[in-house]
Amino acid sequence: MEIEEQTWELRLYIAGKTPKSVTALSNLKKYCEEHLEGRYKIEVIDLLLQPQLAEGDQIFAVPTLVRKVPVPIRKIIGDLSNEEKVLVGLNIVPLNKI
Amino acid sequence: MIDNLSHLQQTDKYKFPKTPTGIKGLDEITGGGLPTGRPALICGGPGCGKTLMSIEFIVRGATEYNEPGVFLAFEEKVEELEMNVASLGFDLKKLQADKLVKIDHVHIERSEIEETGEYDLDGLFIRLGYAIDSIGAKRVVLDTLENLFSGLSNQAILRSELRRLFHWLKEKGVTAIITGERGEKELTRQGLEEYVSDCVILLEHRVANQISTRLLRVVKYRGSMHGTNEYPFLIDEEGISVLPVTSLQLTSEVSSERLPSGIESLDKMLEGKGFYRGSSILVSGTAGTGKTSIAASFANKACTDNKKCVYLAFEESPKQIIRNMKSIGFDLGKHVDSGMLEFHAFRPTVYGLEMHLVAIHKIIRKFDPQVVILDPITNLVTVGSISEVKAMLIRLIDFLQEKQITVMFTALTLNSFVSEQTDEGVSSLVDAWLLVRDIELNGERNRGMYIMKSRGMKHSNQVREFVISDEGLNLVDVYLGPEGVIVGSAREAQMLHEETGLALRGHALNRKNREILRKKKVLEAQIANLQTEFESVEEELNKGYMEEELKKEIFERNRNEITNIRRGIDGSGESKNSPQSK
Repeated sequence: MEIEEQTWELRLYIAGKTPKSVTALSNLKKYCEEHLEGRYKIEVIDLLLQPQLAEGDQIFAVPTLVRKVPVPIRKIIGDLSNEEKVLVGLNIVPLNKI
Repeated sequence: MIDNLSHLQQTDKYKFPKTPTGIKGLDEITGGGLPTGRPALICGGPGCGKTLMSIEFIVRGATEYNEPGVFLAFEEKVEELEMNVASLGFDLKKLQADKLVKIDHVHIERSEIEETGEYDLDGLFIRLGYAIDSIGAKRVVLDTLENLFSGLSNQAILRSELRRLFHWLKEKGVTAIITGERGEKELTRQGLEEYVSDCVILLEHRVANQISTRLLRVVKYRGSMHGTNEYPFLIDEEGISVLPVTSLQLTSEVSSERLPSGIESLDKMLEGKGFYRGSSILVSGTAGTGKTSIAASFANKACTDNKKCVYLAFEESPKQIIRNMKSIGFDLGKHVDSGMLEFHAFRPTVYGLEMHLVAIHKIIRKFDPQVVILDPITNLVTVGSISEVKAMLIRLIDFLQEKQITVMFTALTLNSFVSEQTDEGVSSLVDAWLLVRDIELNGERNRGMYIMKSRGMKHSNQVREFVISDEGLNLVDVYLGPEGVIVGSAREAQMLHEETGLALRGHALNRKNREILRKKKVLEAQIANLQTEFESVEEELNKGYMEEELKKEIFERNRNEITNIRRGIDGSGESKNSPQSK
C-alpha cells in the first residue's frame, strides 16, 4: 500500500507532564513501534511552553494526537488507551491482520 | 409593561462592579452592564442576535471603553464573522491589527476527531489564556460553547471541564459572555445556565400578527437589581439598541417656555402664546379636516424659529407631504435642505409597535430635535391593539417629556360620534387636544376647530372655523345663528347681511340727525324773526314817546310865547305886562 511507503508524521499535543499525557505518549510509542516501525516521527508539543501553536492545529483538548502526514489530517483526543480506536482513527492497518 | 429603572442606578452604596456593554439601552436595564469579572450567559433561539450582541460587547469594549476583548468563535470562521459585522460598521480587521480584538475560531468537526480514553480541555484553556494575555483582554466571548457538545461525546468530561472553565474565567478576572442555544425546557439546550449563575439574558424573536419583534429579558442577575420585563430591541446598521422602558414616575422637568403653533389665530386662543414646550398635543379629526396641515404648520414654525424638528410620517411619503404643503404656503423642503427638518416615513407594518418605539427613540437620540410630529398615530393600530398602541404612546410621551421635546400627534377619527371619546385612548395623556371636525351645513362642508383641552393655560372655549388657503391656515370666528353654527358661505352671507344692516342703520341715523339740524335752523330763524319784530315794536313805541315829549316841549314853549305876547311884553318889556296876565 502507498501509505506504508510514507513516513508518518505524528504530533502529540500535551499540557505539561500530566499522568494523561505521559500515558498518551507511552501508548502512542507502543502502537507505532508495533505497526509503523521505522516509518514514523513523533513530535511532542507542550502547550504550556508554546501556547501559540494551539491555534494552528485547532487544539482544544489535551492530549491530542494529530496525524499530519499522510493527509488528510486526523485527530485523536484522549490518552489513547483504546488501541483499536487509535488504529482506526489513524487509519493504521494492524500488521497482524495482513 | 411599565416599570421604573431609576432605582437601578441608585445602588451606589454597595457598588456592584459592572462592565458597561456599550449596547444602547442594555446598560440601563442591567443598571450599568454585565457583572465585572464574571461570566454571563446570553441564550436564545437561532437568529435572535446572540452572536451580534456578544460581538458588539467586544467591539464597544475595545472602541469605547478601551478594554480589549477576545472572541472565541465555535461556529463561524473569522472571515465570516468579519463580513457579517462589517454591515454594522464594525471593522474587525482593523481592531485585530490594533491588538484590541482577537478572534479565534475553534473548529470542531466530529468526523475528524476520535476520542480514546481520558482527556481534558486544557488545550482550550491554554488557547484562550494565550489570546487573553497577548492583548491584555478584559472581555471574552465564547460563541457558542455548545458546539463542544456536538463535537465531543464524553459528556461527563465536558461537564466537569465546563465547570472548570467558568471557574478559570473568573480567576482570570475577565468579563465573559457565553452564548447558548435555547433549549426546549431549559434556557439552554445543554443546561449551561447551571454553570453560569451570575447573569442570564434571554433573547427572543417573537412573531405576532405577522410582525416579528425581538425581545430581551434579563432572567437573572445575581447580586444586582435589574429590569425584569421583556424589552424590545432592534438590530440595524448601527448595532443593537434595546429600549429600556423609562420610568413613569411623572417626575420629568417642566418648562413654561411656549412654542407658537404657526397659526396666529390659534395661538390667540391659547393665551396668545401657543403650546408649552415639552407638552404633547393631539390633533384629531375626521378625514380631510387638515390635521396634517396643522402638523406641517407647527413643523414649519418650529424650523423657522431655529428649532429642530422630526416629522414621522406613517401615511404619506416625505415628498408627498412637501408637495402638498407647498400648496398652502409652507415650504418644508427648504427646512429639510437646511437640516432643521428631518422626515422619516415608514409603513406601520414594517415593524411591530415596540420596534417602532425603538426606531423612534433612535431617531430622536440621534437628531436631538425640539419638536416631533407623528402623523398619524391611527395607522399604528394596524400593528397592534388599541391598548398596545396606548401603552406604546405612553412610553413615547414619557420619553419625550423627559427630553423636553414637544410632540404633536395627529389621529384620525373615523366616526365623528365617538371622536370625543377615544383617540387611541391617548386623549387623557396629552396636554393639549385640538379637535378638527366637519361642519356640514347648507350643502357644504366646512372645518371647525375646538380646543378640547389645554392644560395649564387659559384657552378659548370658542369654536372657530378653520380655513385653509394659499397663504396658510387661519381661524375665523364662526357665527352662532338660530339654527346653530354658521360656517362657510353661510357665514359669508351672514356677514354680508349684517354689513347691509349696518349701512342701513347708519343711513337712518344720518337722516334723523339732519332733521334735527333743520328743525334747529327753523327755530333759530323764528327766534331771529321775533327778535326783529320786537325791535320794530320797541322802536315804534319809542317813537310815539319821543314825539309826545317833543310835542310837549314845543307846546310849552309856544304857550310861554303866547303868554308873553298877551302881556304885551315884548321880549324886553316882559315885567310890565306880567300882573295883568295873572
